Parts: sequence; C-alpha cells; structure tokens
Amino acid sequence: MAQNTRVTAKKLFIFAACMFGFGYVMVPMYDLLCDVTGLNGKTGEVSQVKAESMHVDMNRLVTVEFDTNVNPALPWKFKASEFKMNVHPGEIAEAVFVVENTSNKPVVGQAVPSLVPALASLYFDKTECFCFTAQLLEPGERKEMIVRYVVGSELPENISTMTLSYTFFKAPDSDDVAVSEKESVKAISSKS
Amino acid sequence: MSYAAVHEDDHHDHDHKPTGIGRWLFSTNHKDIGTMYLVFSLIMFFIGGAMAMVIRAELFQPGLQFVDPQFFNSMTTVHALVMIFGAVMPAGVGLANWMIPMMIGAPDMAMPRMNNMSFWILPFAFTLLLATFFMQGGAPAGGWTMYPPLVLQLGDGFPFLIFAVHFLGISSIMGAINIIATVFNMRAPGMTFMRLPLFVWTWIITAFLLIAAMPVLAGAVTMLLTDKFFGTAFFDAAGGGDPVLFQHVFWFFGHPEVYILVLPSFGIISQIIPTFARKPLFGYASMVYATASIAFLSFFVWAHHMFTVGMPLAGELFFMYATMAIAVPTGVKVFNWTATMWKGSMTFETPMLFAIGVLFMFTLGGFSGLMMGITPVDFQYHDTYFIVAHFHYVLVPGIVFGIISGVYYWMPKWTGHMYDEKLGKLHFWTSTISVNVLFFPMHFIGLAGMPRRIPDYSTQFTDWNMIISIGGFAFGLSQLILVWVVIKCIRGGEKATDQVWEGAHGLEFTLSSPPPFHSFTTPPEVTDATAHS
Amino acid sequence: MSVDKLKQTVLGLVAVSLFLVSGAVLAEYPLNLTEGVTPTSHKVYELHMIILYIVTVIGIAVFGVMAWSIFHHRKSKGAVAAQFHHSTTAEITWTIIPILILVGMAIPATKTLVFMEKTGDAEMTLKVTGYQWKWKYDYLDEGISFFSALSEEDNKARQRNSGIDPFTIENYLKNVDNPVVLPVDTKIRILTTAADVIHAWWVPALGWKRDAVPGYINDNWTYIDEPGIYRGKCTELCGKDHGFMPIVVHAVSKEEYAVWVEEQKAIQLAAADGANREWSKEELLEKGKSVYAANCVSCHQANGNGVEGLFPALNGSAIVNGSAAEMIDLILNGKNLMPAFKEQLNDADLAAVMTHERNSWDNTAKDAIQPADVKAAR
Repeated sequence: MAQNTRVTAKKLFIFAACMFGFGYVMVPMYDLLCDVTGLNGKTGEVSQVKAESMHVDMNRLVTVEFDTNVNPALPWKFKASEFKMNVHPGEIAEAVFVVENTSNKPVVGQAVPSLVPALASLYFDKTECFCFTAQLLEPGERKEMIVRYVVGSELPENISTMTLSYTFFKAPDSDDVAVSEKESVKAISSKS
Repeated sequence: MSYAAVHEDDHHDHDHKPTGIGRWLFSTNHKDIGTMYLVFSLIMFFIGGAMAMVIRAELFQPGLQFVDPQFFNSMTTVHALVMIFGAVMPAGVGLANWMIPMMIGAPDMAMPRMNNMSFWILPFAFTLLLATFFMQGGAPAGGWTMYPPLVLQLGDGFPFLIFAVHFLGISSIMGAINIIATVFNMRAPGMTFMRLPLFVWTWIITAFLLIAAMPVLAGAVTMLLTDKFFGTAFFDAAGGGDPVLFQHVFWFFGHPEVYILVLPSFGIISQIIPTFARKPLFGYASMVYATASIAFLSFFVWAHHMFTVGMPLAGELFFMYATMAIAVPTGVKVFNWTATMWKGSMTFETPMLFAIGVLFMFTLGGFSGLMMGITPVDFQYHDTYFIVAHFHYVLVPGIVFGIISGVYYWMPKWTGHMYDEKLGKLHFWTSTISVNVLFFPMHFIGLAGMPRRIPDYSTQFTDWNMIISIGGFAFGLSQLILVWVVIKCIRGGEKATDQVWEGAHGLEFTLSSPPPFHSFTTPPEVTDATAHS
Repeated sequence: MSVDKLKQTVLGLVAVSLFLVSGAVLAEYPLNLTEGVTPTSHKVYELHMIILYIVTVIGIAVFGVMAWSIFHHRKSKGAVAAQFHHSTTAEITWTIIPILILVGMAIPATKTLVFMEKTGDAEMTLKVTGYQWKWKYDYLDEGISFFSALSEEDNKARQRNSGIDPFTIENYLKNVDNPVVLPVDTKIRILTTAADVIHAWWVPALGWKRDAVPGYINDNWTYIDEPGIYRGKCTELCGKDHGFMPIVVHAVSKEEYAVWVEEQKAIQLAAADGANREWSKEELLEKGKSVYAANCVSCHQANGNGVEGLFPALNGSAIVNGSAAEMIDLILNGKNLMPAFKEQLNDADLAAVMTHERNSWDNTAKDAIQPADVKAAR
C-alpha cells in the first residue's frame, strides 16, 4: 500500500512539474497561435523578390491607415507623413514616417507594430521596416524612416480598411547603448 | 490488523491522542488537520468578510467617506484573494480531509506528514499577503487577477504577493496529491470507483484540476516576478512581449479554478439531497460523467473572461460555443438533483435547507453565466456589476452555502452532538434573505451601467447601493450565528446516533459519533447493497 | 383536496405575478440595459432581451418543478419515497433539449457578432488612448488631438470628505472637461490603445466596450442615429483613479461637427502661440491653480502633502524648491509613477502649474517659470 502511494504521489508530482513547464510553453504557443490567426496583429516579413512576384489585383483598392504612438518614457516625436493610403492588393507600397529625438541625449528606440483587423495581419507583409531593428537617434536628430509593404491579393473580400499602428518604446538597453555610443564618439573625436 | 500494521510508520502515536499544542502543530491525523483547515477557513472568511464590509460601507452612498481610492482597490483585491484561496479552498480541503478517509473506509490519509505540511504553509502564506498592508506602497490593489502592467506598479508588497501565491499553490498541489493518493490506494475492499460516494468523486476531479491548473498560475506569476526584477519581457510590449498573454495564461488557470471551487460543493449537496429525500441519488453514473465533462471543458473556455480584449472573430466564436456547451452537463446535474427530490419523502433540517438554497441560487448564477457567455452581449455586461452579481451568486449561495450545508450535515458526526436546529434554521433564513438583498440588485445596477471595482459612483445608483449594503451587513452579521452554533455544538447538546440522520447512508455513518481517532483500523467490506443505497 | 387546490392557485398566482413584475421592472431604464442609439446597440439589446426571456422561462419551469416537489413530496404530508434512481430516457431528454435551446441562442448571437466585426469603410477615424487617469482623443483625419479628464467640479466633490454633496452635481462623475464630439449618421472607425496600463472604453449607448492595451491597437466602429450626449466610463481597473475617468460623447449633426472641427483647429493654433509671449506672474498663478486642481490634486493632494509611501509631497520638496530646469525635466518626462506630462499639457499650462507649486504652501522658490522656458526644454 505505502509503495503504491509513493508511486502515485511521484507520478502526480511529475505531472504538476510538467504543468508548471506548460505555463512557459504557452508563451511560444501563443506566438505561434498569433502567427496562425493574426491574434495580436503582428505582421509578417517577406523578401523583396517574393513580394515582386505577387499578383496585383488592379480591380480592388484597400485603405491602409497609419497610426503612431510614443511611449511616455521615450522623449521622441513620431508621425506618419501621410495618415492614409489606398493600395491595390499585391502591389508594393511605401509609407514614410518621421521621428525626432527631442532630448539632449542619444536614445535608442524600438518600434512595435500592431495591425487591425487581426485577420488582415496574415495577409500583410513587409519587405523593409524600421521596426525590424532598434533605432538610435542622436540628440535633436530628425530622421525619415520607411516601411515597404505589400497586402496579399488573397485578402478576404470583407476587409476593406486596416490600420497599421506603431508604438515606439525606449529600448530596454537604451541607456547602455547610448552611453557606449557617446564614449565611442568621444574616443573618435579625441583621436582626431 | 495487518492493514493497520502497514501504516504503523506513518503514525507516531497509534492508540492515544497526543495532547497540548503539539497535537495540532505536529498533527498527522486527518481529523485534526481537517479541523484546522476548517477553523482557518472560518477565520479567513471573517477577515475577507470584514474587507467586504469596508467596501459596502464606502459604497453605501456616493462620495468618498471612509477610505481613499487606493485603499479601496486593495480591499477589493485582497478580499478576493482571501475568500478564494483562504476561505473557500481550505474549507473544501478541510471537508475532504475529514470525510474522505471515513467515506472510503481508510484509517487516515495516504501521506499524513505531507498533509500536515500542506496545512501549515497556509497561515505562513497569508501572513506574507496580509503583511503587505503595512508596507511602502500598500497592499495589492490591481485586482486579484494581477493583470500587468498595472500589477507591476505595486510597491514593496509585490514580491510578497507573488511568493504568497506560490506558497498557496504548493499547499493546494500537495493537498490534491494526497487526496488522489488516498482514494487510489486506500479504498476498502469492494469500494470500486463506481461505488464511491459522489463527494469523493467530485474531489478526485477537483484534485486533478488543482494539479493541472495551480502550476500554470505559479508559472504566470513567476513570469511577472522576472519581468519586474530580472529584465525579462514576457508581458512588456517594449521588449516584444504582450500584456494580453498574461490574461491567457492566467485564465487558463482561472477557469478551472472556478470548478475547483464549485465541484466539492456539488459533491456535498449530492450527499445531502438523497439523505433528506430518503431516496437514492438520481443518475449516479451520469453525475460522475457530467462532473468529469465539466472539468474537461473548463480547459477550453478561458478566453470568455476576456472577450473585450480584442480577438479575431473565429476565436470569439469558438470560446462562445465552448462556453455554451458547459451549460449542458451543468444542466444535467441540476435536473438530476431535482429528480432526486421528486417523489421523495423530504424533511427540511438545516443541511437540506442550505442544499436546496444551493440548488436554486446556483442555478440563478448559472443563468447569468450563460447570458455572459454570449459574446456580443458580453461586450455590454463585461466588467460591470452584472458580472459581480453573477460570480457572487455562484460563489456565495452556490459554494459557501454548499460548504455550510456540509458542516451542518457532518457536524453531529464530528462532535457527537446534535447542533441547535432552531439556530441552524435561523441562520439559513437570515442568510438566504440577506444574500439575495445583497446580490440580486447588483444585476440591475450592472445592466444600468455601473462598472465594477469603483469606490464612488454616479448618484443614479444610490438607492440600489444602499439596499445592497444593508443586505451585505445583514449577511455578515448572520454568519455570527454559525459561529455560535458551532461553539455550542462542540460544547454539548443532544447525543447524536451513529447514523445521525434517518436517511443517511455511507461508511462514515457506520462509525461512532464522534468517530475514533483513527477511522477504520479494520477495513470494512463494501458490497453493492451498502454502496449507494 | 380543497387545500391542495388553494395551494396550487396561490402558487400559480405567485409565479405569474413574479413574471409580470420582472417584466415591468426590467422595462424601465435604470434597471435594464440601454437600447442605445446605434444599429449595434439595438441588435445587442434585442439579443439580451431574447436570452433574458429564454432563461426566465427555463427558470420558471425548473424552479416550478423544484417548488412543486418541495411542497408535495414531503414526509410531513405522508409522502413515501419512491426508489427509482435512474431513467435513460429522462437523462437523454434533458441533455438534448438544452442543446437545441443553446443552438437556437447561438444563431442570432453569431449573426450579431459578425455584424459588429465589420470595421472597414468608415468615413472617419477616431483614436482613443487611455492614460492614468484620462482619455486622449485623436481625430486622425483632421489632426485634432486633446485630452479629456473628469471635470474640475466633480473632481473637487469626489475628494474624500470634500464636504460637497454629490447630489448637487448633475451627472456626478460623468462630466469631463473636453467631451469627444462626433457627427451623427456617419460610420466612425474607433481605434483603442493605451499609454501605460490596460484601460477599457465603454459608452453603453454605443453598444460595446473594448480594452485599450499599451503597445497594441483594437478596431471598432459605430454609427450614431440620434444627436445627444452619451456618457460612459473606463471599465478595466487601471489603478487608483479608475473610477474617475469618465467618457462623454456629444453626438451632433454633420454641419455642427464641421463647425466644431474648425473651432478646434483654431484653438490648437492659439495654444501653440501661448508659449511665444511673456506671461505675468498673476496670470500664471491663476491658470496654475486650475491646472493643479485638474491634473495634480488626486495624487499630490490639495495641501501639497501627497500620500505617504505612494505620492511624494510637493510642499517643501527639494525639487519644487530647487532649480527650474530640473523640475521642468521631471514634469515633462515623468519618473516612476509620475506620468510624463509633455504630451498631456501645453507649455503655458506646464509653466503655470509649476509657478503655482513654487509659490504655494510653505514653498520658498517663489519665482515664475515662463512658457518659453518649458518650450526650450522640450
């Protein structure tokens, strides 16, 4: 009896430990689910070559809106130069955004995209985006940044408008990067 | 005799009760530990209840009279944590500890020392949680659901909250493992699974839910902890995370948790209704299958707690249909209980009154639950007093009444004395009337647009809030009757027979009242005739 | 026999009257969901009423059977217990019938949900951003942008023991300083997001609520039928003042809306001009007092002493009495729980509130900060 008890308890403890692990497995599972269903509006990435080979549907126009946000911790200004574009599905289009560092320190920002309706993000692919990498802006620097994207021609008929939203956050390691950048700049300037 | 001998090593004292404080501190006896769980639960019920009284006092009229908004938020947050993890769950484990060995014909729980540990973790965990009231930044105030990023704004109390949740999780998992190990390995000869009393069945299923769900909660709060202190970004959009992910992980635990709370109560009333209807439980097998399917489905409906967070259409439809599906096995249970009463020969002692209270008012909570499962209308109901009404109907007259009915039902067995029936009935009627005055009008103010978790409200809601508060105070006071009944019953009263109730069946009623310190030292023989009759 | 009949009649009467009372009671506004003023809210209201009636009928049936059994099958009336304990037919029946009812409910629910998801082809787009504890509205097509917070009057009354009777304020806790103005008969796309924690934007008359999640965006739509004022609340716990960030929607005719848009554009230009002139200290102090009451008082308190352990005191604070540059930097960019105000307030407001703080209570700085100083520091 006592032996059986130990075996049962052992099995159940292993099961509990696995369920703790499962909590963590939910993180990549969630990302996968988001990729498959478009759940949190993360957009895809394609190569330029593949994007160029897409069929362009000249009979259909869809509206893409651009929305910009800056997290309060980041001393930047961030705007889309045009709020709205009408594009044909399958056609490669380009949107221009302007960012400006209003502080007197170099700062690193990371843009996080979100697209609605969520379903549309399955058909929305970018060949080039400033959100692929963190961006460093020198004090007072103003920069134009580009998103090159294509809306797949398989986009369901009932979707006619989508909004691509970016939020610029201060990169978690911004202070380190900015400091080392400053030091390297100093080192260069002292050398020359 | 050999049966008991095997268990010699698990008991340091076999024939004599240990005495003094050591009896409780180092107890490995299922009855003593069960008693401690129940007493702890009762204390927590009053601590959580006191917080509810602060909430209702502040909401008695518009304007802020007694507390600041931050403290009000701490009250709603800690009230929920204390009631769920401190009052309801330990009460369920306490009843399981007391009754399961007696119901399956075992001498004690399978792992008595672990049993002791899983209880003594609880007071420790709640000390951590309640100590946050005296810390810089105050007690948790971001809701018991601990959604980031809000919960990360908590001050010094934050790690204490996380570790308290960890300890509560460990305690429940150990308790659950013990219960499963006991039922799987220590049943008396002839006690097959399909002869187990329904209370034991609901507890096995609850225990599996606990082992599956609590570690997921532990994982989720660990992620919060590392997000705050160790630079991970599970839930921080800036680092590529998603705050909504926490809600998915949390509710993956949270929905099964709802059934962890309610299933033992279902089990209790499934024991009580046949006893006082003097008629066997209707549809025993379908009750077991319905309970199991409710538990299974509970892992696929979590997102109905977060319909408004923004999901693709397909997701919202899936979770709506899955939620509606749960109504089917739940309905089967309600119909089976009704059929058990049908053509019975009923008497209405206090346990039966409370059980009938569960039957009516849990069903009422089920109706509002079904309404909220319909996604498009949930966009209106979500986070208003309508949901507050719903889950309190399920939790208080649905679950707390179930626990109380179990206490009245088995108290003569535990103490050897009958409780005071007049006071018991008074307790039932004051509780039932006040609980409806307290929670029913919440449906109205919720539909009319009062959001939950607010310390102050627009003047149009004043009248109902006053009525609700009066109901709340009356309900709180009514519970003092329970304390009086319990104390009186422990101290003396009419001698209870072994069977206690005329219609009672089951192994626990073959033991003396009060039962011997070690329940069944010689395992009883169970046949079809002695099981569910 | 006659006693039984009497009992049955009484029971029947009770059941019928309960039903009637609940019907009559629910028809009145303060007890039931609003019908609202959009196609969505009408559909949601109808669905709500259908489901309510279905569960009421099921409830009467189930509770009726229970009550019947409780009254008739009692030992005191000499009832003898039958010993049946299962019936496959009955069990299958009460599995199948609920399934059919549920399917009947799921069909209209699915239709309504599909209708609510059609967020495209809107004529204009409004972005709603939740902040602790106010809303920001961006009219993306027009370039108009402003914050909307609890009105000053309500904010004073809702302080603990303020001495102001809430009943003297019309629509207590549902008034804002800057309402959001929307045209009727227009399909409006509404985007929700947040700057700090999760909020939820809910105006019952529009028929839905939606979370505002930092870093993510949600899309919704509305089409308002009737001009009017519609009030709502934040419905996701977002911290201390969650209960004090209402929403007020003014729905106006398309013509009035066009006029309003032009006015707003002019106001925003004028506000930008405020930074370009020298302000007198009296002017700053007067403006600063009301900015403080609207934006600072709930944390730092009217007496400037804050809340111990949560919100630092401004009275006697080293920063408030220290260098102007440091104070400007803190108020613009925030720190820990202190939000960054650079987006929320303009240069003149910020200069005014800092001047107010440096001259109030026991503070000794007593100087004036000019809007131009703030502008230079941005």
